[in-house]
Amino acid sequence: MTLLPKGLPNGAARLRPVQLAAALTVLAAALLVGLLVGAADLPVGGVVRELLDRLPWVHLDSGLSPVEQNVLFELRLPRVLMGALVGGMLAMAGAGYQGVFRNPLADPYLLGAAAGAGVGATLVIVVLPGDLSFGVPLAAFVGALAGVLLAYALGNTAGSGAATLVLAGVAVSTFLAAVQTFLQQLRTEELQRVYAWILGGVGSADWRQLAVVAPYALVSTGVLLAHGRLLDVLGVGDEEATSLGLSAARVRLVVLAAASLATACAVALSGLIGFVGIVVPHVVRRLAGGSYRVVLPLSLLGGAAFLTLADLVARTVVAPGELPLGVVTAFIGGPFFVLVLRASRRQVDT
Amino acid sequence: MTVEVAGLSVELDGRTVLRDVTMRAPAGSWTAVIGPNGAGKSTLLRAVLGLRPARGEISVAGADPRALKPRRRARLVAYAPQSPNLPSAMTVFDYTLLGRSPYIPHLGRESARDRAVADEVLERLDLTGLAARELGHLSGGERQRVVLARALAQQTSVLLLDEPTTALDIGHQQQVMELIDRLRLADGLTVVTTIHDLTLAGQYADGLVLLSGGRVAAAGPPAEVLTRRMIAEHFDARVHVSPGPDGRPVLSLERP
Repeated sequence: MTLLPKGLPNGAARLRPVQLAAALTVLAAALLVGLLVGAADLPVGGVVRELLDRLPWVHLDSGLSPVEQNVLFELRLPRVLMGALVGGMLAMAGAGYQGVFRNPLADPYLLGAAAGAGVGATLVIVVLPGDLSFGVPLAAFVGALAGVLLAYALGNTAGSGAATLVLAGVAVSTFLAAVQTFLQQLRTEELQRVYAWILGGVGSADWRQLAVVAPYALVSTGVLLAHGRLLDVLGVGDEEATSLGLSAARVRLVVLAAASLATACAVALSGLIGFVGIVVPHVVRRLAGGSYRVVLPLSLLGGAAFLTLADLVARTVVAPGELPLGVVTAFIGGPFFVLVLRASRRQVDT
Repeated sequence: MTVEVAGLSVELDGRTVLRDVTMRAPAGSWTAVIGPNGAGKSTLLRAVLGLRPARGEISVAGADPRALKPRRRARLVAYAPQSPNLPSAMTVFDYTLLGRSPYIPHLGRESARDRAVADEVLERLDLTGLAARELGHLSGGERQRVVLARALAQQTSVLLLDEPTTALDIGHQQQVMELIDRLRLADGLTVVTTIHDLTLAGQYADGLVLLSGGRVAAAGPPAEVLTRRMIAEHFDARVHVSPGPDGRPVLSLERP
């Protein structure tokens, strides 16, 4: 199956309605399944009617009991939406980093962005007392940006190549994880709050958390989607992009910041989840072509669907227990990483 | 549009790559920069583009490209590097369209006119049939033409081409050089190329600039620069120079 337009010489790389509709359909289906399946299975018809009932000017009797309604609106819906938000942010951030570094292996988790966000958030929780839910995403953002820049600087001194950046990112991630552990041990009385956040996953989702992060997510989405064409120009290399009139350094910095903000949103909500940022953009490229004008929006939607389904697996496969979400994504992402690595090696070698 | 350089010096990592270089490429002419490996030919082109920090005077159509905003400069000078980065999954059409970047608002999209220009350029270069082809699936000659198409889509009056014929067989070399010459004459373009092949340079260029060790060793019409003595001195090669049918010098190697 391919959605790549063929034989359309006039077709500038852009998102086609068919592609968008297909991605939206997949996402809607994933969200619906996510709402239906769980410890208490809800009826399809009832859920759909109940959701429609919440729309203005629509009045339907869903037939759901008050308990079922409660499960739907206080447990399932926020959890599913949070999974979708985290997945969308991670996948889109991954695509953004890949564009900036011209490296298909760039991923928020492997670049040190996620670990940096972890340090930033832990620092706020440990050092500042009281309720700081609004400060955590910002601190995570600063940490994420610092992590990426550190990995990039380190990778640059060590040489070029797709794998070097990832090695530097792993070194930075490990180092930052140690910093985070050190910070949390300084204040053992805050340990529970830190752990609750790190291992949070999306199981502890509630509407308030979503509301805190949503504005940041909107901003980073807007900025990244607006830079699709410029990332395509950057794809020919810095010198050529400059000769085409692009301020390569500026574009790079803005996209890095936006991708790091998206990473921070995801990390602030759900702790550290890896590989979404590699798997989803890679699949999107295979299906819909390499232009960032297509890869960015479809990664957003595809990432949302992917993590919704991954969360479904996480909470059903060892029911009544739950797997951490990061375990599920690593199960899929690890082997996938090897595939992408091989593909990018081949490209570099030829 | 005249390209002029005076007293240009470039240092890279503390090493002087170009020293007091002065050259002039008159409007509508073809100037070839020749010289042995490492003489600083590519650096000269990059410095003219403002991609390398340089001391001295640079003027393209009366303006210093280093003082211009990147978009403004990109409407004045187009550049094709020696080994261009061709994203393998990008189509020929989309790659050509990149040449329209200086005309597209920062966060905007291509207009119908930009598409029309790209179409027209592909048509001129006989590439319309390849428009939907991915860059990864092109032959060497096709790649060179596609890079040229992107540069032409910029609609500049100055073209800087770094080794446009590297890695091409003799037939494709001729084809690309003829193409550049045809476009130059049709659009009144000022062309500055670096080029390895001295005979090729002598056949097509109006003026040659011989760089050696970062300095201009000789400059002028091909017959004045491509002499047996010059080649021996700067390339350490023994050649026989004979005038071709149109008086331009033709070089052949002599075994010592």
